[in-house]
Amino acid sequence: MKLHSKFGKTYFLPIKTIAVLSIFLSVIVLMSFSFKNESTSTKNEIINKDSVESVKAFMDVYKVLMSPRCMNCHPSGDVPLQGDDSHIHTMLPQRGKDGKGIYAMKCMNCHQPTNLEGLNKPPGNPNWHLPPATMKMVFEGRTPGQLAKQLINPKTNGNKTLQQLIEHADDGLVKAGWDMGEGRTVPPMSHEEFKKAWITWIKSGAYAPKP
Amino acid sequence: MITLNINKKTFNVDVDPETPLLWVLRDVINLVGTKYGCGMAQCGACVVHLNGEAVRSCVTRVSRAAGQKVVTIEGLSEKNDHPLQKAWIELDVPQCGYCQSGQIMSAAVLLRENKNPTDKDIDAAMAGNICRCGTYLRIRDAIKLAADKQRKGI
Repeated sequence: MKLHSKFGKTYFLPIKTIAVLSIFLSVIVLMSFSFKNESTSTKNEIINKDSVESVKAFMDVYKVLMSPRCMNCHPSGDVPLQGDDSHIHTMLPQRGKDGKGIYAMKCMNCHQPTNLEGLNKPPGNPNWHLPPATMKMVFEGRTPGQLAKQLINPKTNGNKTLQQLIEHADDGLVKAGWDMGEGRTVPPMSHEEFKKAWITWIKSGAYAPKP
Repeated sequence: MITLNINKKTFNVDVDPETPLLWVLRDVINLVGTKYGCGMAQCGACVVHLNGEAVRSCVTRVSRAAGQKVVTIEGLSEKNDHPLQKAWIELDVPQCGYCQSGQIMSAAVLLRENKNPTDKDIDAAMAGNICRCGTYLRIRDAIKLAADKQRKGI
């Protein structure tokens, strides 16, 4: 289509381009509404605030996280702990930058992808490691309040959102805590009970007990 | 049948996949430089390289090594001339010698990743290798000498 201006110049009105742009913009607007709805519903699923229920659930979570099967790989130092008495790991293997050990002392040099038969054999997991040096995620020595705050802060929890924290209950290495090989006690409740307490704590507001 | 690549040679072995790599090396392939110490990854006498890492062959199932590269003390160098082997001879490190192949294989990983290790680096890297004769000080000196040889290319 040709248009004539008052100065006598001729302009072409790009009808097809305008039509395509209109459709494109409509799609973007519709998509933005649908994303907004999704994020609101996710938020509502997670946050149903109840500080009493949340703190009560966390105290169960705390018992598990402070049990040797979890805490031994979340030490306050750079050497993991070992055994039901959480003594310093024999041979003093060190964390290293990535949490997988150093030089000839890397975790997977002894810890195999699966458990081995027999007492005192190294427990196994294909992803065996400590938290990395840049974010040590220490459990040892933390009070319930300190640990709860650490767990919900992405700067201290491995950059996890609340949704990712919920999913972390089913992480392979977390679940391995209930299957560490012969002679090792398991955490003080089942993984199912732990997961229920963990999700309840988060969905009811992820409150931190005092202290 | 499991196919293994050991010291750049291919071996087909008819063993239970659960068998520790150590026993396949020693009893099936007859590479007896790698030693049995504790059988539970506590002492380091059985260290070999699996894809370059210093694994403990007494707890490593042979199935984990299938199709991977394994290097034992016999394959560390062509003519027993790895800088560590030269330094070990020069400083007369071994006493009884039982733990020494594991010590050298662990030290080789250290020197590959750290060309100029300090005492602290050496202690951290070698803490998993026990020597009943107590040759630790000579081991530390030999690793430093080997690092020097490696840097100078001699």
